[in-house]
Amino acid sequence: MTTTVTNSIPIARASAPSLAGNSGAQVVLSGVIKNFGAHRALDGIDLSIKPGELVALLGPSGCGKTTALRALSGLESIDGGSILIDGEDVAGVPTNKRDMGMVFQSYSLFPHLTVLENVEFGLRMRKVRVNERQPRAVEALEMVGLGRMASRYAHQLSGGQQQRVALARALVTRPRVLLLDEPLSALDAKVRVQLRDEIRRIQTDLGITTVFVTHDQEEALAVADRVAVMKDGAIEQIGTPEELYTTPSSAFVADFVGLSNRVPAVVDGGVVVVHGKKLPLLGELLADGNVTAYVRPEDIALERAGIPATVVASSFLGSLRRTQVRLADDSLLSIQHDVDTRPQPGDPVFLRLKGAAVSAVPRH
Amino acid sequence: MSSNQVRIGAEPGTLARTVILAIVGVVFAVPIVALIEFSFRSGLSGGYTLEHWISLFAPENARTYRDLFQSIGNSFILAVVTVAIVLVILLPTMILVHIQFPKLRRVLEFICIIPITVPAIVLVVGLAPVYSVVVKVFGGSIWTLAFAYGITVLPYAYRSIQANLDAIPVVTLSEAARSLGAGWVAVLWRVLLPNLRRGVLAASFITVAVVLGEFTIASLLNRRNLQTALLQVSQSDPWVAAILAVLALALAFVLLLIIGRLGSVGRNQSEK
Amino acid sequence: MTVANAPVPISGGVEVAPRRRPLPGLAKYLGLTPFAIYVLIFLAIPTTLAVVTGFFTEDGQFTFDNIAGLFAPNVLATFGSSFWISAVSAVIGAVVGALVCYAMLGTRSEGALRTIVDSVSSVLAQFGGVMLAFAFIATIGVQGLITVYLKNTFGVDIFSNGIWLYQVPGLLLPYIYFQVPLMVITFMPALEGLKPQWAEANATLGGTRFTYWTRIAAPVLAPSFFGSLLLLFANAFSSYATAAALISQGSQIVPLQIRSALVSETVLGRENMAGALALGMIVVMVIVMWGYSVLQSKTSRWQK
Repeated sequence: MTTTVTNSIPIARASAPSLAGNSGAQVVLSGVIKNFGAHRALDGIDLSIKPGELVALLGPSGCGKTTALRALSGLESIDGGSILIDGEDVAGVPTNKRDMGMVFQSYSLFPHLTVLENVEFGLRMRKVRVNERQPRAVEALEMVGLGRMASRYAHQLSGGQQQRVALARALVTRPRVLLLDEPLSALDAKVRVQLRDEIRRIQTDLGITTVFVTHDQEEALAVADRVAVMKDGAIEQIGTPEELYTTPSSAFVADFVGLSNRVPAVVDGGVVVVHGKKLPLLGELLADGNVTAYVRPEDIALERAGIPATVVASSFLGSLRRTQVRLADDSLLSIQHDVDTRPQPGDPVFLRLKGAAVSAVPRH
Repeated sequence: MSSNQVRIGAEPGTLARTVILAIVGVVFAVPIVALIEFSFRSGLSGGYTLEHWISLFAPENARTYRDLFQSIGNSFILAVVTVAIVLVILLPTMILVHIQFPKLRRVLEFICIIPITVPAIVLVVGLAPVYSVVVKVFGGSIWTLAFAYGITVLPYAYRSIQANLDAIPVVTLSEAARSLGAGWVAVLWRVLLPNLRRGVLAASFITVAVVLGEFTIASLLNRRNLQTALLQVSQSDPWVAAILAVLALALAFVLLLIIGRLGSVGRNQSEK
Repeated sequence: MTVANAPVPISGGVEVAPRRRPLPGLAKYLGLTPFAIYVLIFLAIPTTLAVVTGFFTEDGQFTFDNIAGLFAPNVLATFGSSFWISAVSAVIGAVVGALVCYAMLGTRSEGALRTIVDSVSSVLAQFGGVMLAFAFIATIGVQGLITVYLKNTFGVDIFSNGIWLYQVPGLLLPYIYFQVPLMVITFMPALEGLKPQWAEANATLGGTRFTYWTRIAAPVLAPSFFGSLLLLFANAFSSYATAAALISQGSQIVPLQIRSALVSETVLGRENMAGALALGMIVVMVIVMWGYSVLQSKTSRWQK
């Protein structure tokens, strides 16, 4: 992996005057349906995005998030419902007239053009004169920190640099909506984190309405104003990252967003009893009976007294520790705690549930 | 996905696709149809007959066509010997270079591409003196021509085998086998060759196809093979020539269809 | 690397005893000798002989006469004919072949259509020489299927100005017949290398079908297209069998001229003339193939 200057946090312009100006469009999807033969990829999607908002579409492979994005862009046709951009129905509008910027997962830079020519491409399609489009393109490149790479070619750039160019190329035409199709999935972990912060910063500066598709829940929570968790072609829950994390509306969301321990428990009179402790129940009411409860690692504490357990392994994660313990019934739990406590494998410990509400799903 | 590509203009629509392929298909079918039709013609009278086909294979005519069948036999002998040369000389060398002499890969590739730049018609100018020596050493049998054929098939055989070599992790497999105690013969026989089956078979089939179709060297070195015999017999009995041409074409088609199938089987197996 | 210390297998499967140290000096190249000897005797020596005989008379004296003979008007005309037929068949073959590749864009690479076209192309690219000549005689020969059909149905006599099938222009159709499949085989990978993201990016950036093909696909495909064109040229230029089967006598194109130099019994020293002609051919082929490899390397840089 090459580490060039431009892979660390680049010194980029705080904002690009020529790119601001569109305050972002309002995007409304109503009842959008898409079938691939017998398979229903989108099952009535309802989504309303405010101007300037960044909404992340999050979900596992096959949930329809990319299909939804491509339907927005026009690269995929829809079989039902409507898509409104600033009130205008774009169903009959072909992709090249929808005025949206799109960043693909990989391979999207034109290999025979220089970086600058790539960025200029959209302006050229809009018949912008060369003496106007070149400075605008340069400005867009500087906004992503690649001003010095203007005459390079795509194959001479790293993956992260290529995606920056793709971003500049998408934004230079001041589109009313920005669409990002898993833009970071093909990149190294460290580049991914840097670049997602970049994208968020630029998006906020420009105030452009953005839809960001990803399967990485940490990424979605980090960049988005709101996150829509999708499953089987429908939106399970949409809310701010905090809402999704602390009050998941279903077990799927609880499991998918953040880490959870799956703990056998019992519902008794509307509360969940986990290892003898009564915890409030999130989401819909469940009948009394056996359930699987989703307990967050940070909602369990290591104490001097409580549920006995033995340490199996402990991982140092920089700013926190995650320790795995085995209980008397041979089940495993993951606990997140501060770094000053350093459990060793084999140590006896005691656990206390802190009392946070949990999601649960019936268990047979 | 494909209809989307059609909408944005990257792929042809069904109409364009059908029109182009239909026109080209028909135009290219015509000569073959003409060849087949000709083989059923009965002289200049304009009727059709099965006579030519029957007479070619009738046992009582075996003597008339003896030279012809011998030439065909020559071609098959040549095909077998050439394949042997490919398997015994080229294949081990390619594996050796791949494992032991990676730096020589470019050199080997270059050597195997030379026969494209030095075509048969040029090579044969220099082959005549070489073959006068070869005849002294090995005798004048037809199979010695395979030495020259091995050179002409080098580009094709090399490409088939190399594609296979590149697709399997040869060095890793060899090292793994060696670390488990295998000697080099075992590595070659039990580990590498089974994985090279696809490329070896493809190389063999294409060698056969090329050898069966070879005319230049045989003709200018005054040897008799399928193609020279075809040309000769066409002057006296064009129908037989047409029939054999059709059969040779069919055989080549079957061979190359099998190669195509081998290629796709291999692709399905190497799911990454 | 452990492999470097392994014993060298000699072709034939005889295993050399394992050693601890690498074989000294040149001995480790032993395994390469069979191939080296084979290539030396049947490729290097014939090629050298072919090239060098042009510089000697039949008595063995060094001379430039044969080379000078290459510039005689009739020989130059022969080269000209060769260039003409190679260029024309290459261009037509390239254009038609590219169209066929375009028509196959988007079809499943394991699907029926693709495998059939691939197989047919492989076969027809090899279907040169004698059999092809027969097929064309059967098609547009004097009694050919199409000749007769045209005459009977439309009253058109394609040979009203003389029988051209057995001269250089008559070679054009058979040559195109194997050029198009070769183009399909050679050019299809390039078309498959066009990434769908480029067309999609073009669309999202406001481009049309036209801008995609003119600004993106064409420039990206250009090196490969012209490389394939050069390959087709080389293929036609070096082709002998088809012409030999259709034109039984004469030296209308360079390979045929070599033939007449080799088999001629009347004029002495013609074999050395064949050497000079061979040299001329090699020069042309080297230039063309060099251009091909240059364009190929440009292509592979973009096909990452």
